[in-house]
Amino acid sequence: MTNRTKDALPISVTNVTKTYGSVHALDDVSLEVKSGEFLTLLGPSGSGKTTLLMVLAGFTRPDCGSLKFGDDEVIRKPPHLRDLGMTFQSYALFPHMTVTGNVGYPLRLRGVSKTEIATRVEEALETVQLGGFGNRRIDQLSGGQRQRVAVARAIVFEPRILLMDEPLSALDKKLRDQMQIELRHLHEKLGMTTVYVTHDQREALTMSDRIAVVNHGRIMQLATPRDLYERPANRFVADFIGDSTFLNVTRQGNEVSFNGTKLRFTDALPDTDNITMMIRPERIMLSENGPRDGANNFAATATEVVYQGDSYLLHANLADGTQIAMRGAVTGKSVSSLPSIGDQVTLSIAPEDTVLIDGSEV
Amino acid sequence: MQTVRINQSGLRTDERLERLKLFGLSSPALLMILVILVLPVGWLFYVSFIGANGEFSLENYERMISRKSYARIFWTTFQVSFLTTGLCILIGYPLAYFLSQLPPRLANLGLITVLLPFWTSLLVRTYAWLVLLQKQGLVNDWAISLGLWDEPIKMVHNMTGTLIGMVHIMLPFLILPVYGAMRSIDLDLMKAASNLGANPRRAFWNVFFPLTMPGLMAGALMVFILCLGFFVTPAVLGGGKVIMVSMQIVSNIELFVNWGAASALGVVLLVLTVAILWIASRFLNLEQMTGGGGH
Repeated sequence: MTNRTKDALPISVTNVTKTYGSVHALDDVSLEVKSGEFLTLLGPSGSGKTTLLMVLAGFTRPDCGSLKFGDDEVIRKPPHLRDLGMTFQSYALFPHMTVTGNVGYPLRLRGVSKTEIATRVEEALETVQLGGFGNRRIDQLSGGQRQRVAVARAIVFEPRILLMDEPLSALDKKLRDQMQIELRHLHEKLGMTTVYVTHDQREALTMSDRIAVVNHGRIMQLATPRDLYERPANRFVADFIGDSTFLNVTRQGNEVSFNGTKLRFTDALPDTDNITMMIRPERIMLSENGPRDGANNFAATATEVVYQGDSYLLHANLADGTQIAMRGAVTGKSVSSLPSIGDQVTLSIAPEDTVLIDGSEV
Repeated sequence: MQTVRINQSGLRTDERLERLKLFGLSSPALLMILVILVLPVGWLFYVSFIGANGEFSLENYERMISRKSYARIFWTTFQVSFLTTGLCILIGYPLAYFLSQLPPRLANLGLITVLLPFWTSLLVRTYAWLVLLQKQGLVNDWAISLGLWDEPIKMVHNMTGTLIGMVHIMLPFLILPVYGAMRSIDLDLMKAASNLGANPRRAFWNVFFPLTMPGLMAGALMVFILCLGFFVTPAVLGGGKVIMVSMQIVSNIELFVNWGAASALGVVLLVLTVAILWIASRFLNLEQMTGGGGH
């Protein structure tokens, strides 16, 4: 199948706006998806990520803006002429057709000969590990199998762009984890430009080359998974990706302090006076022997200790009353010396884990 | 190892009692079915095999085969039923489609207007058509004054009038199941078809239409079977020129006081209806087995 695959196409979204009444579903969105890239639109429900995908597919007509696949302006092209592969949240498999009927449908529409349809459908089914399932009816398939059929149908006509709308949200966790890896491999194999929509941050982090975090119809940050997690651009992104605690810190020139104590940090400060410190639970160290040299140390009172098998969760109150959560690895040593509720503890954060971000709620 | 079976007999008694109670509750309905359905239909069968001399005979059925007029009556009955069903599909399907595309509030309003005539007396509606369609009726008057045609057109006391009246009365029976089938179609399916490269016409014929088939079949079957036994509308609007089985049954009783002949006609109509239902139900089941009609 790889040898037939055409070159992937870049997607270029420019100044796209879509309003419903007074609500901005998309607010002047611009976005470049590189050729062959796996880009995820991540955001809470109602953020506009699905609207953006529907604009790409041609099902939603924006108020204004430009959309290019490669060099072709397609914003006014009807959906059936856009030649995109797409999977739907509900799978949208045709219940009155067999698996073969579904997967072969786009080829039938393109006037491909019957014998070639048969070969290519079987190839596509093998690609999604459903070889020999062609004669099944859709209602005989499990959720995971339906998902694979939907993928096979979306790739069988070798589109140069693939859109996926929350394709795994209906699957149970174990299957979802497995499918994430499989879809990732499929993307590596076929190399088509892929735009993936999800509200599941872990899924986005696992699968994507880059992630666009969407909220209120705008792109809050577009970055690689690692940058997004380590260096969120603003408080919304920091809050949405991963667990985090925010500390109110004060900036004076190039110095930042918490509760009167200067903080050590490595990165350049964002260009604003409204600074917040973001703390990830797993980046906090529990220092049993008092403050650590070279780290930022916080005195705290343990309020809750939860043993979770592979790790433990410690909730503690800082001097200013901020509730902070830390996650530590459970080892033979740490499990025997877990703090109890009410204990005074010292929490330490390395300077490179001291992330100072723009604190405004965007 | 010996297992201890505690409370076994008591639990069994509970189950028996429960079943008895259920039967007790449904017995009035069963009795009613027996008295007003099974007994009369049995009596109908019995009477149809009684000849003019009061003894067992097949003469009522032989007459149906030997006399040409009966063949014509059955032919007319099927013709009217087929044409009515066909016209109902032609008019009802697009209307149901239109309603299904409206936002729910407007669609409900539309459905009420479809149902409104349904709640009006059948007799009233039939006579209303008589008034509208007759030579000096509203339709002819308006058409002539608008210059659509010069001479009054004969639109009642014939097949045309019968069909107009019957289609009007039968339409809701077709529209409701078709509308239901259309509403239950997942809109993502149409998007998927379009995304895969189907233009609107192909998406309709390849995806939408097949998925409405169960509803369409159910509606068409309902209309067809109701038509087979129709009496009032063809009697009033057909003006004696459209004679259906039900009308022959009436004249057999009122004119000839021949209960045997009337019963035999009733039996044949009943058997035909059941046969059609049986064939259709097999077809419909098949349709559902292939996943038609969705969820």
